[in-house]
Amino acid sequence: MPELLQFLLSGITVGAVYALVALGFTIIYNASDVVNFAQGEFVMLGGMITFFAHAAGLPLPLAALIAIIVTAAIGVALNKLAIEPARGAPVVSLIIITIGASIFIRGATQLVFDKQLHRFPAFSGDQPILIGGATILPQSLWVIAGALAVFVCLWLFFTRTLIGRAVLATANNRVAAQLVGINTKYVMTLSFAMSAAIGALAGVLVTPITLTSYDVGLALALKGFAAAMLGGMGNPKGALVGGLLLGVLEAMTAGYISSQYKDAAAFVVILAVLFAMPQGLFGRKSTDRV
Amino acid sequence: MRLSSKATTLLILAAVIAIAPVFFPSSYYFRVGSLIFVNGLAVTGLVILIGYAGQISLGHAGFAGIGAYACALAPVHLGLHPALAAVLGALLSAAIAYLVGRPILRLKGYYLAVTSLGFGILVSMVLSNEAQLTGGPDGMAVPELGLRAVLKAIGIDLSNTEFWYAFSGLVLVLGAWLALNLYHSPTGRALRALHGSEVAARTVGVDVAHYKLVAFVLSAIYASVSGSLLALQNKFITPDVAGFMHSIEMVTMTVLGGAGSVLGAILGAAILTTLPQVLTIFQEYEQLMLGLVMMLVMIFMREGLLPSITRRIRGRAE
Repeated sequence: MPELLQFLLSGITVGAVYALVALGFTIIYNASDVVNFAQGEFVMLGGMITFFAHAAGLPLPLAALIAIIVTAAIGVALNKLAIEPARGAPVVSLIIITIGASIFIRGATQLVFDKQLHRFPAFSGDQPILIGGATILPQSLWVIAGALAVFVCLWLFFTRTLIGRAVLATANNRVAAQLVGINTKYVMTLSFAMSAAIGALAGVLVTPITLTSYDVGLALALKGFAAAMLGGMGNPKGALVGGLLLGVLEAMTAGYISSQYKDAAAFVVILAVLFAMPQGLFGRKSTDRV
Repeated sequence: MRLSSKATTLLILAAVIAIAPVFFPSSYYFRVGSLIFVNGLAVTGLVILIGYAGQISLGHAGFAGIGAYACALAPVHLGLHPALAAVLGALLSAAIAYLVGRPILRLKGYYLAVTSLGFGILVSMVLSNEAQLTGGPDGMAVPELGLRAVLKAIGIDLSNTEFWYAFSGLVLVLGAWLALNLYHSPTGRALRALHGSEVAARTVGVDVAHYKLVAFVLSAIYASVSGSLLALQNKFITPDVAGFMHSIEMVTMTVLGGAGSVLGAILGAAILTTLPQVLTIFQEYEQLMLGLVMMLVMIFMREGLLPSITRRIRGRAE
């Protein structure tokens, strides 16, 4: 039993990171119908910038804040320079553009910083906490709390604030939103900034556990995307549940079947889910207009 | 007399392949040339899938991996001649593409992209994890094709790089010819129809699911043969051939040059194959440049390089 609990705990930790990446995907997808393959790079940037700011002598919280702000700015730049000019391009082109952006950011990071693995100290020490025979790192609790906090904030933002509702309106029908006076360009900018900031936050939270380097982004993007699809594209609740589910699933596969094939398990389940319910767990059925 | 676009494409392709060696100062250029042709072949397959049928796959390197490892494994374990091993690889790829394609081609856009990507990752994962069979991430040796020795016996003595330049060039022209023929065939018309509008295609009696599958299987065979050629040429293979980056490179080459045109896509393959060779001096900047090229072309030349340029030239002439 402690074994199962241990796998569950580590699965939830990893799952919380996937959930954060998936939430980032969801925000951009809702605002612009773009799936941003560079989402994982935001996580990488969050970790890398924090490390180098911290190494330069800044206190950790300030370094993290700087990392989140800089990454948000990069997210906005990505929208302005690459996504907005390509408005209305076919899906294949958008996929290539965001994958190109991801490779570009990776190349730039490797030039500006380096190719080493980095880690900064955990927020509340490295003393594992015992829970029913299993252990969990205090940093894992930070990650899980971070994912839940972001989810609650997003929920409040989308249901309780005017600008949040404007984002939802834009997601629903861009032209109609413009007609009622919503500045949809601003909504896009805001979505990219938020999405990048959430990604960077995930990077800040998880780096003390998993370490970071310039090339960790791609794998995270794929997992986060898989989580978002598992939950149903464009649905924040789906992103959270999909992320946690995927994390637990991976941990169980690694624990009980084969650690080499843990990544495979994730994809196999996603294939299965998509065949059974192509809209994901929480997605709505949609019909094509002719 | 006006040549058909099919004849023009084949003539240009054959002429460039035949004449280019005149300007090659060293055998290294033959090597780069044959790499371009190998990539060009995979990309021609993707023209059928992306350009004709309008579907996407981010997992076609998986089929290249199957073709490559067939050439490495079948001669050792089944005692097959490497050439037959390549055929076996192509058949296997076709069969797997059929089985995988049936369910996943029901999906569209991003969903199709990610499921095909998942398939590619599964293949590369199996190749790197089943180390006792495939040698794992370290790769494994591939036997000699043996055709060069046969040519030598009948009096055609080519160096190794020259032989592979000529041989993969020949396969590429053959592949391009088949793809161009397909374009004008009833199947090609059906594919283009479902690209335009699946609903409209269905109402005029096109079996959409069937034709998508045809395009998927054909492009898988192209990718598989390209993988086989790469393995036989390098006489060595690693799981990278089936990796995610290879899939991305294939799609980028296709879309960069122009997914709707065989010649354009091969041009894309030529550019992206040569770029890293030219940039070895700036190796640090390679990723930066690749990313930048991908973004710029997609933003400013959505149809790809060749169609955009020919349109501009035509526009000026009229």
